[in-house]
Amino acid sequence: MAVGKEILTKIRSVQNTQKITRAMQMVSTSKMRKTQERMRTARPYAEKVRTVMGHLAMANMTDVVHPMLVQRPVKRAGVILITSDKGLCGGLNVNTLKRFFAQVKSLTDEGIEVDVCCLGQKGLAACQRAGLNIAASATQLGDVPKMERLIGPLRVLFEKYAEGELDVIHVVYSKFINTMKQEPVDEQLVPVKPKQMVVESGPSWDYLYEPNPFSVLDVLVRRYLESVVYQALAENMASEQAARMVAMKAATDNAGNAIKQLRLVYNKSRQAAITTELSEIVAGAAAV
Amino acid sequence: MSKMQVEVVSSEQLIYSGEAEFLVAPAQEGEIGVYPRHIPLLTQIRPGILRLTVPGSKDEVLVAVSGGVMEVQPELVTVLADTAIRGEDLDEARANEAKRNAEDALKKATDDQSTARAHAALATAIAELKALDYLRKRHH
Repeated sequence: MAVGKEILTKIRSVQNTQKITRAMQMVSTSKMRKTQERMRTARPYAEKVRTVMGHLAMANMTDVVHPMLVQRPVKRAGVILITSDKGLCGGLNVNTLKRFFAQVKSLTDEGIEVDVCCLGQKGLAACQRAGLNIAASATQLGDVPKMERLIGPLRVLFEKYAEGELDVIHVVYSKFINTMKQEPVDEQLVPVKPKQMVVESGPSWDYLYEPNPFSVLDVLVRRYLESVVYQALAENMASEQAARMVAMKAATDNAGNAIKQLRLVYNKSRQAAITTELSEIVAGAAAV
Repeated sequence: MSKMQVEVVSSEQLIYSGEAEFLVAPAQEGEIGVYPRHIPLLTQIRPGILRLTVPGSKDEVLVAVSGGVMEVQPELVTVLADTAIRGEDLDEARANEAKRNAEDALKKATDDQSTARAHAALATAIAELKALDYLRKRHH
């Protein structure tokens, strides 16, 4: 019964695939909770820095202007692209990359050159294929966002910005909305838009600065930007796990359906074979 | 005795939040003590230990920070702590590593091929399943 055997082999192979997808689904389910938690724990810092920067904006500091807060004509742009390291997470990276390449195209159409900073293996590979100019990258970031790993790549871009090589820095990543929905977003990181700061109204006053206004402001602005990117990375990681969980659940369900179908076909063909065999025997017996 | 709110946050988590009567912080130019209703102050802090005197407790609360920025308002002290040890040279080294990574990625592309192949195989299997499912639905 050659047909039956082939079907059995196919069933077994689908079962193996199902085992993998189910395992991946369960792993991402548990990881997702942790990544969401991390996303939340990162929030207070960003809010605090924003508030402090808002206080700064309110304070009387006419003499100190940080370059990262000033708009200038754009000749060259930097884009930080955050993607996952691993695939098999549905359309997550595809959507992010679509958003990213649309952004790159609109910039190049305006005659603006683009430097890319890739966080995550998938984005790096895509940028290499597209032949984009990659200024810095960090991959194998794992499941826990680490500030330690971000400092380097970000510094490369910030240095370029400070030297006037770059005039604007964007960050593209996948925002976590809920388990079923993740949305690719593009945010302008530098120059910092004033509305991104929490400004309270009230009488004006000024800080005492130690060691001096500029260096404190410089540190503060950098920390702020790093925390924004850190938050983006944390969101992206939560999105990744959610997307993978959903994709793997669909795959596991599909595999279940496929197995059911194959079983049906297998049983039918087995029964057909038995019936044929029986009727042959009966016919043979009748002939004797 | 009057109190002030103290919040210590790092980019990775909220480290400490509570009231204090007095605090000592390792500021850039030496340790500074802060009482409630301090004049607004913004200072960098060095890696070290924050010492807080908490109302109703004899012991000081100690919070280790690896540097950062401290904002002092009359009723509120916010410490934006760094998570990583920072330094001009260290950051420079990290930046160089990131640049090197970008350059090395091209050469390394071949190493990732076997993983990529395995991933592609699994993705194909899943796509096949999807197709089977689709066909099944169309038949019925």
